[in-house]
Amino acid sequence: MPQPRRLVQGNEAVAEGAIAAGARFFASYPITPSTEIAEVLARRLPLAGGHFLQMEDEIASMAAVIGASLAGVKALTATSGPGFSLMQENIGFAAMAQIPCVVVDVMRGGPSTGLPTEPSQGDVMQARWGTHGEHSIIALVPSSVLECYTLTIAAFNLAERFRTPVVVLSDACLAHMREAVALPADDEIEIVPRAEPDWDPDDVRFLVPSPDNIVPLPSLGSRHRTHVTGLVYRLTSGAAETGDARVAQTLGRYLREKIYHHRDEIVLVEETEMEDAEVAIFAYGSIARSARAAMKWARAQGVKVGLVRPLTLWPFPTAAVDQMAEQVRTVIVPEMNLGQMSWEVRAAVAGRAEVVDHGRVDGKLIRPEEIQELIRREFHYHRWETL
Amino acid sequence: MTALVDEQALERPPDDCRSPKVAGHPTSAIRRYLRSPKTIWCPGCSNGIAMRAVVDAVLSLQLDHDKIAVVAGIGCAGRVAQYLDFSTVHTPHGRALAVATGAKAADPSLTLLVVMGDGDCVAIGGNHLIHAARRNIDLTAIVFNNSIYGMTGGQMSPTTFPGDRSTTSVWGNVEPAFDTCELAHAAGATYVARGTSYSYMKLVQAIAGGIVHRGFSFVEAMTSCPTYYGRQNDVPTAAAMLEVQKARAVPVDKFDRDGPRLRDRYPVGVLHHVERAEYTSAYEEVRRRAQDRSG
Repeated sequence: MPQPRRLVQGNEAVAEGAIAAGARFFASYPITPSTEIAEVLARRLPLAGGHFLQMEDEIASMAAVIGASLAGVKALTATSGPGFSLMQENIGFAAMAQIPCVVVDVMRGGPSTGLPTEPSQGDVMQARWGTHGEHSIIALVPSSVLECYTLTIAAFNLAERFRTPVVVLSDACLAHMREAVALPADDEIEIVPRAEPDWDPDDVRFLVPSPDNIVPLPSLGSRHRTHVTGLVYRLTSGAAETGDARVAQTLGRYLREKIYHHRDEIVLVEETEMEDAEVAIFAYGSIARSARAAMKWARAQGVKVGLVRPLTLWPFPTAAVDQMAEQVRTVIVPEMNLGQMSWEVRAAVAGRAEVVDHGRVDGKLIRPEEIQELIRREFHYHRWETL
Repeated sequence: MTALVDEQALERPPDDCRSPKVAGHPTSAIRRYLRSPKTIWCPGCSNGIAMRAVVDAVLSLQLDHDKIAVVAGIGCAGRVAQYLDFSTVHTPHGRALAVATGAKAADPSLTLLVVMGDGDCVAIGGNHLIHAARRNIDLTAIVFNNSIYGMTGGQMSPTTFPGDRSTTSVWGNVEPAFDTCELAHAAGATYVARGTSYSYMKLVQAIAGGIVHRGFSFVEAMTSCPTYYGRQNDVPTAAAMLEVQKARAVPVDKFDRDGPRLRDRYPVGVLHHVERAEYTSAYEEVRRRAQDRSG
């Protein structure tokens, strides 16, 4: 039985999802439009036996989240663009040292202070490439208040499963929107707990991590007396090793492959009306809602348009785009930036279909009418009833 | 409404951090707490003395080996995380205190020793230092202060004295130096002590006192870098650098507070010690009240 239907705000759903996922530690620095996540958790976490910390800045917030996760407690932070930039240093550390944690970035207009109260999708590439160096990452992108809840839970599960930071990319529109939702009950959701090391601390010889064998992270204060480092280290022992190129190559490949190898398990894509589609819209987050409205409008007029909506932005849903490229003649990519994901789509489509990008950076949502106009151009021979 | 954290109510009898019983231990005992006997520190570097002092303090206090976590930053001092056989975290530069804050808040049963260099602690990590001190969270911050960036080859740091030479103050440093103990005290640290690598047992005592103290403890370990500081500033040997420490260090009860500081002389010993509500205990209290109130 789901919980009773009630009005829930996007940020509130993220906070409730975190608690449902078993998070008991949150550290952040106040920033619009993410602040309600902190406010809800400041109230809720002590009641759930958890810990809320307001840190001195976003660098410290991310560091504290890492410290808490190392101590064995599921932890998250929430921020927006300027704070997300500051967190990159420690997100890189979490990726390198394989520390499970969740970072919620409620996207607002940028760069810099930008448009603090207006939505954007300008951080999608930063989520992928924001840190220095090479590593893979997982980023999820909700389109509704319910998904703010379910994808926050999914983010924690993936973080634990793959020992990695996971980014949830919300935006200012979704964050402050309220929808009537029936959140799932606790017994309806799957939770991945923190894995316990199952080896003898005195005998680590059989520890051979691979993409198919991601070994658990021993907590600080356990008998394992583990060493956690941001330096290149040996996967087998965790000991830093910067003088052996093979060690660096092995670790670098492993950090990438442990996620890419499991794309099929990680990637979630929702396809709507794609069976016979001649034109597809590739849209995510808040903009997917406008895209769905435009698609319905087109279908009502007998025009074959489908929607491909990634819930996982990173790793990129290459298989779904590949399939789409084989089928449609045009892919429309509307997004609240100037074509960041359209480049990725273009690369995966590889010339098999035309890719039409449509971007805004004025802090306004892309309206269904804008996408309808793009669809109309693709079906210029069709006798349109209205526009 | 009464303040949630009533300092009077939470005040406990003073802990015995001023005079914990400490002893030097044989190298064979120290070795059991090291992952490897090898370090990359230069000959004559006194970081090894300070690291041994940390182990001697832990051994003297008979702490549970497994419940200690050492969190260190980047630089020569940060290497301690690699060498000591505890749970260890080698964090990004300057972030050790922030990582340790999260770990301690999440698991207050941990004993956290945070080892940093001077650049790590008061330059890039300065903001985290003052806020950890303000929170009075139960961590022991140990700063190996050699007044130079050694790992990168001898650049000036915020504790390089005015006039001193480094590769980035070739003609003499024009900036004043931080008194890190005064900084930590002003920010709210409830235990502040300084020791030198010259007076080894006093350094062990200062560190042990910090571990015993419940609250934010700040220990400055004056160390020396003959390779990059000494050679650029006409103190050519490791022994001569230790002699400089001896000449400058004045026991705190004999220190003339109005006289010249730092470059010529600095107080050593327990400089400051008060009892104030510790962060994790205060948070636990707030958590209990919240749970009571919500039924």
